[in-house]
Amino acid sequence: MPEVIIITGSRKGLGKELCVYYLEKKNIVIGCSRGPSAIDDPNYTHYELDVADERQVVKMVKEVSRKFSRIDILINNAGIASMNHMLLTPLETVQNIFNTNYFGTFLFCREVAKVMVRKKYGRIVNFTTVATPLRLEGEIAYANSKAAIENFTEIAARELAEFNITVNAVGPTPIPTDLIKNVSREKMDALINRQAIRRFGTFEDLVNVINFFIDKKSDFITGQILYLGGVNK
Amino acid sequence: MLNKQILNLVIESLKEIGEEDKKPELLKVDKTTRLYGQNGCLDSLGLVRVISNVEEKISEILKKDIVIASEKAMSQRSSPFLTIESLTNFIVELLNSEENA
Repeated sequence: MPEVIIITGSRKGLGKELCVYYLEKKNIVIGCSRGPSAIDDPNYTHYELDVADERQVVKMVKEVSRKFSRIDILINNAGIASMNHMLLTPLETVQNIFNTNYFGTFLFCREVAKVMVRKKYGRIVNFTTVATPLRLEGEIAYANSKAAIENFTEIAARELAEFNITVNAVGPTPIPTDLIKNVSREKMDALINRQAIRRFGTFEDLVNVINFFIDKKSDFITGQILYLGGVNK
Repeated sequence: MLNKQILNLVIESLKEIGEEDKKPELLKVDKTTRLYGQNGCLDSLGLVRVISNVEEKISEILKKDIVIASEKAMSQRSSPFLTIESLTNFIVELLNSEENA
């Protein structure tokens, strides 16, 4: 039976690749982003919304629930970054980053978990980053928002365990996407040198972890933060 | 009319959970039944399930997408989650305010 999967931030980058990957595996995928989607597949539905807009998120999740009567998997991929020294970071930038990264994750988890609670089954995967455990200079707002997601993941895992819903987070190393296109090569090399395995991450590295978290057999795996590349907290 | 409909949805949600969890006390509830808090028939997880059940029913039947555990609910002097009647009244108020928004 195909699984019903919501993937946020699905217009481009990893989100789009994840949608295509899970569609190829014959699942039903529902994506969302601020702009239109280029994915053309009968099993794909796209919502244009801001993940931090409560009303829009509630409407989307309730529509999906009405249509499919269940949501098996939520992948909270939507995220934005800002590479700046703290002294050069406007408050509005911090607010925008928290809106998309943390509030967006919170809203989708809350609304989708309501559907999962009724079915007593669900797999939620949140996105963090190695910038958080590495305390990366120059990424304070981004790393802070992901730290909030990590703590949220750990607590939500406890609150939802009773309902057979697992909540985990994956922390990729830099993967060549739009998110890091403006970061200098020197800065990237310095970051990669702090990993145990010194290379860029790949989409396959990421999807390997997500597949592990969403596997039906992973029902004893929850509240875990898994960093790629051999990075530790 | 709306009040009666919502009251029935809340009671129906409680009965579904009662049947699922084999809790006979949830099968014979009425509007005066205390939901949550002292002498309430639900624990916090039970309340979570009732709220999500009721939201789903409202979405399916009335095609209204509401969030019951809103800032408004949490800031009320008297919690809307005390009894079936207080929850019903709160939801009706929420639906009416959505209608007028």
